[in-house]
Amino acid sequence: MAFVELHQVQKNFATATAVENFNLDVERGEFVSFLGPSGCGKTTTLRMIAGFEVPSSGTIRLNGADVTNLPPNKRNVGMVFQSYALFPNMTVAENIAFGMTVARKPKEEITKRVDEMLRLIHLPQLGNRYPYQLSGGQQQRVALARALAIQPQVLLLDEPLSALDAKIRVSLRQEIRAIQRTLGITTIYVTHDQEEAMSLSDRIVVMSNGRMEQVGTPFEIYNFPKTQFVASFVGTLNQLQARVSDAASGKLDVEGQTIYAAKPFEKMTGETVAIALRPEMIDLDGSGESEENHLQGTVEDTTFLGSIVRTRVRLRDSIISFDTFNNPNLTLPRASEKITMSFPRDAVLILEQNAAPVQA
Amino acid sequence: MAQTAVVTKSGAAFTLPRVRTIFITWLGVIPFFAFAFLFLLLPSSSLFIESFQDTQGNFTLANIVGLFDEPIRSGYIASIEISAFTALVGGIFGFLLAYAVTLGGLPKWVRSSYVTFSGVASNFAGVPLAFAFVAVLGRTGAITALFKNVGINLYDIGFNLYDFWGLSLVYLFFQFPLMLLIMIPSLEGLKPEWREAAANLGATQFEYWRRVAFPILLPSLLGTMILLFGNAFGAYATAFALTGGRLNLVTIQIGAQIRGDVLHNPNLGFAMALGMVFIMFVCIIGYTLLQRQTERWLR
Amino acid sequence: MNARAARNVSWFSWIVIVIGAIYFLAPLVGTFAYSLTALRDQLSFAAYQRAFADPKFVESFVYSNLLAVATIIASVLLIVPTTYWVHLYLPKLRPVVEAISLLPFVIPAITLVFGYIRVYSRPVDVLGIDLIPPLLSTSASTNIVLVAGYTVLSMPYMYRAVDNGLRAIDVRRLTEAAQSLGAGWGTILFRVILPNLRTALLSGALLTFAIVVGELTLATFLGIPAFGPYLQQLGQHKAYEPSALTIVSFLLTWVAMVLISFVTRGDTRSAAGTH
Repeated sequence: MAFVELHQVQKNFATATAVENFNLDVERGEFVSFLGPSGCGKTTTLRMIAGFEVPSSGTIRLNGADVTNLPPNKRNVGMVFQSYALFPNMTVAENIAFGMTVARKPKEEITKRVDEMLRLIHLPQLGNRYPYQLSGGQQQRVALARALAIQPQVLLLDEPLSALDAKIRVSLRQEIRAIQRTLGITTIYVTHDQEEAMSLSDRIVVMSNGRMEQVGTPFEIYNFPKTQFVASFVGTLNQLQARVSDAASGKLDVEGQTIYAAKPFEKMTGETVAIALRPEMIDLDGSGESEENHLQGTVEDTTFLGSIVRTRVRLRDSIISFDTFNNPNLTLPRASEKITMSFPRDAVLILEQNAAPVQA
Repeated sequence: MAQTAVVTKSGAAFTLPRVRTIFITWLGVIPFFAFAFLFLLLPSSSLFIESFQDTQGNFTLANIVGLFDEPIRSGYIASIEISAFTALVGGIFGFLLAYAVTLGGLPKWVRSSYVTFSGVASNFAGVPLAFAFVAVLGRTGAITALFKNVGINLYDIGFNLYDFWGLSLVYLFFQFPLMLLIMIPSLEGLKPEWREAAANLGATQFEYWRRVAFPILLPSLLGTMILLFGNAFGAYATAFALTGGRLNLVTIQIGAQIRGDVLHNPNLGFAMALGMVFIMFVCIIGYTLLQRQTERWLR
Repeated sequence: MNARAARNVSWFSWIVIVIGAIYFLAPLVGTFAYSLTALRDQLSFAAYQRAFADPKFVESFVYSNLLAVATIIASVLLIVPTTYWVHLYLPKLRPVVEAISLLPFVIPAITLVFGYIRVYSRPVDVLGIDLIPPLLSTSASTNIVLVAGYTVLSMPYMYRAVDNGLRAIDVRRLTEAAQSLGAGWGTILFRVILPNLRTALLSGALLTFAIVVGELTLATFLGIPAFGPYLQQLGQHKAYEPSALTIVSFLLTWVAMVLISFVTRGDTRSAAGTH
């Protein structure tokens, strides 16, 4: 039995369905991210776990107990908000102590736990400050400590880093991961930033339009996106339309050129499929192994991105980009030069067609 | 020729010779300061100076000491009592009204009609306000008559529109709305996340109000009540139109003094006015300090 | 919040709202009803007709409206250029101007008029020279003092409205932009700044209007036959006409406030007045 279970959860608002048919099992100690664009239902799902929203149907279980209709103050779930939501009238220490104060814990225990928490977030000397005297990053760490101080069954984080500067975002991200590992607390993290989700999570739930698109480890999500949506949302995939020349041998026709997929697929010959190619899997004019795919095109432009150089190549209608690692002796292809790109067969991903429109 | 830029930061706007620049820069504010001097500072400073002089123009503290003698003393006490009472009642019920229209879960039109009405009522003071209450609760007023029809004479059972409680009832007509108008932004400044965070940490609705919402609102609640106090304390027209000068308030006493030196000591009259300004000044300082606290929190 | 708690809150709110509504509406409804009973055994607008027919009413009411217009003009002419100037050239002076504009909150009307009578009943002399003649000795110059007094009373509202308006539009950059396009002073003030202050000025003007028409304290003690003193006198010896005029005053204030909430789109603080 999983520690957090969401079964057939659905949430309808007056005018729209925010979440539909949501099924997820989160194991004890696992770090799961809900990833998707704004309005995809990820925050609504999180708020249903916290108890701020009641599902229209379905059940939510925490540690085996049905909490679907339990009010938020009885759930023992810690939440960190995007806007920190620290109580402005209380010091840092009072904020962290809040959950224990309302639970009428003994004074000594509270003091001890607050000190422990302040050390955990590396702000041991700031207990007497007020929130308005802290930076955004410090406020969010205090909010984290406040949520953890009640020793919650589950920690929920709702875009906790999106109000912060890029630099602090990365360092605080690592800190959150370290703290989560140390405490071994089951964590659900909502974000629209795929890099954040990749670097933090054990598993990622990609969501769009209230539905789960794909659930998997960051590795699976990144390397084997199932749908066009996931492919476009995670990373910088090249998406192409191809016609099936021979389903059994995985033969595809891309704008007049032939490539092979690694495996046969269940499509009819002559049908159109969406495929994806990863920029980092493509080489410039490879060794010519027979198992490799080749595509010819004209160079549009090259962009220097630091450690990698991205080249954009026009086939007939579509444009493919691929990445080359930077090195000082690199000779870059020039614009309008004709080149041949090569990539292994398993770099060709066959995607499910989306019912919903794909956001670029 | 020495050139200097008048406008800094994003480049020179007008470049003028230095001396003329300074002169012209200050020239622009002279009308305002002249006006403020003639019609604000000169009259009030003359009250101030006269308060510390005897009739021969010698310095004295006798007038200030005289404020603590009858009948001035009881005038101040009556004014402070009515101001404190209406500030307290107006503050509490005005706050409840503000709460009801913002967080009470009522339809939107309730809020908008209350806000518009409060704008009217907080400015609807003085003679017409007094007349409105006389028309309904005076000796021959509509409600008084209504009660008479069912056999109750309000004035026999202790009600009197023209005494302390009656005037308080009238003052509340502009106290509630002022409280409402100032508290609505404060109540709307309570972030929903605070409520959620409190619930999330195990607090009940009551505990959220006791430990979070109320403490956050307290400075602006107190500050606004101080403002209400000052609002009632300086009111003259309503009290005069209602009681015709029978009630012994400071403002009424000053009015009588202006009409014809009832204290037989003009300088004592000025001191009485100065005492009012002093109390109002303390009120405004208190209000500003408390408001600043709230702004720091809600930033 | 669960559904039951929400229902309790809304019950409580409804009770508060209804009590408030009764308190606020009873005097108005009662006064209105009373004003209709001027004739025996029938409802009529006779009280209104009689009140409006009184030449003194017309006189004092027109007078007060003129005073209101004069006050609005005076305070716009005083506040707008000053505030603009301070924003543009003397930002360090802003706290000073703001403090002065808030002073009228500290000095109640009754003490203000006391001071005026003290100062302007005799010549204002500086170093033995009579700088200003005794303004209160003629009725024409008394009007100047009265309008000045009303300008003082309206200053906190007017200043706040204009200051907020100017802060919202970043005058400095607007002025510079206009100058870089070759606009002169007149063009800048009338074509750029004033149109952007329309909302602020309108709400300030309407509030001033609501304060001035019907004002009693200053007008009474300066002996000006304005609407406030007239109404107060009328109350001494008439029963129904004062009720009728009370309703009229209320409606006028109401119209002013509805217009304000219309132009400011419901910023609650802009309509809060103190006495």
